[in-house]
Amino acid sequence: MSENSSAIKARNQQYNEYVETVTPKTSIPKALFHSFVVGGITCVIGQGIGDITMLIAPNLPKDMVSNITSMILVSVAILLTGLGVFDVIARQGGAGSFLPITGFANAMASASMEFKTEGLIFGTSVKLFSVVGPVVVNGVVWSTVAGLVNLIILGMN
Amino acid sequence: MALFKKIKRSQPESQSIINSSSMPTKTRFSPRPRIMRFYNMPRIIGRMSVVGEKESKGPVGKYFSKCETDDKMGEKTFERAEIRMFDTAVRGAVRDARMDIDDIDVMISGDLLNQMTTSSYAARDIGVPHIGIYGACSTMTEGLMLSAALVDSGYFSNVLCAASSHFATAERQFRYPLEYGCQRPPYAQWTVTGAAASVVSRTTTDTERFPRITMAIPGLITDFGINDLNNMGAAMAPVDVIIAP
Repeated sequence: MSENSSAIKARNQQYNEYVETVTPKTSIPKALFHSFVVGGITCVIGQGIGDITMLIAPNLPKDMVSNITSMILVSVAILLTGLGVFDVIARQGGAGSFLPITGFANAMASASMEFKTEGLIFGTSVKLFSVVGPVVVNGVVWSTVAGLVNLIILGMN
Repeated sequence: MALFKKIKRSQPESQSIINSSSMPTKTRFSPRPRIMRFYNMPRIIGRMSVVGEKESKGPVGKYFSKCETDDKMGEKTFERAEIRMFDTAVRGAVRDARMDIDDIDVMISGDLLNQMTTSSYAARDIGVPHIGIYGACSTMTEGLMLSAALVDSGYFSNVLCAASSHFATAERQFRYPLEYGCQRPPYAQWTVTGAAASVVSRTTTDTERFPRITMAIPGLITDFGINDLNNMGAAMAPVDVIIAP
């Protein structure tokens, strides 16, 4: 009777079907609405910060303005994480709160806070990327792939 | 040599006889019941439980002995808080049994952390010989079973068994950082913030009024193929225990 025998498989499938019927589900329209609202508000705030920056310093180039905007958003997200507010928002927002740059900031700040007690080097420094590691790895890998594809198709310019 | 060969040849036959005749259900184990019966009546003569705020507001909240409203309990880290909670529970149970720490022969305890940090550090301060067990959710019952066996067999007369867990330390050990904004599905479980201890002792005229442990059955590991990390209830619900032959 190994794990792969047909009797065990049938039993597991039957049990999994039963579990499906009894576990409560999240309502998808509600979750979509919540994440749309939270993500939308984040984006509106970002746009507002950008517009205000342009009003204050009209001579700045456009990419500089977007850099300043993301810096401010990241700082605010880290501040909210430290105050213990961000995870309350994120529990409602779901993807709406972790897809924008604020989610990345929250993941790094929360990990550094959590492992602060283990010391500055072996705690915070080692575990800082424990949650966002996959994002960084995939970002590097897929941008490399995209660069290679770009090089092959378009050649060096 | 001849004898050895004979034994070797006869073994598969006897195995097949057991499997085919006595047990209709398909099990890879022999159907012999594995029950421990404690004839000398070990009794639970003292107990103490300490829980966090969320647990004390739950449906069984009124049965706990002590509630800690502060998650860190005045300590620097959550791990230290768990050790403190454990210590409180152990000392409270010993007090409840009207004993002194020196009367305890051995402590059987466990928790969820790496290298059983909580119970080892607590045992260092308590100063009782310590046997560490790791049974995850079954640590307490496992400890009760083992301490009942130790008391029943007469090796020890007073055995303390304890278990503890803390939501924050378990989250950090197994899941995400506390402030990380991730969504929990509606069926996700929370690790209990709590510690409990009980003193198991042999029957004397003084202890006759306390509940006794009569028997114990260790269960089998059952895996029904639940792969959802958050749905621990469904993963743990199936049990496989052979009670009757």
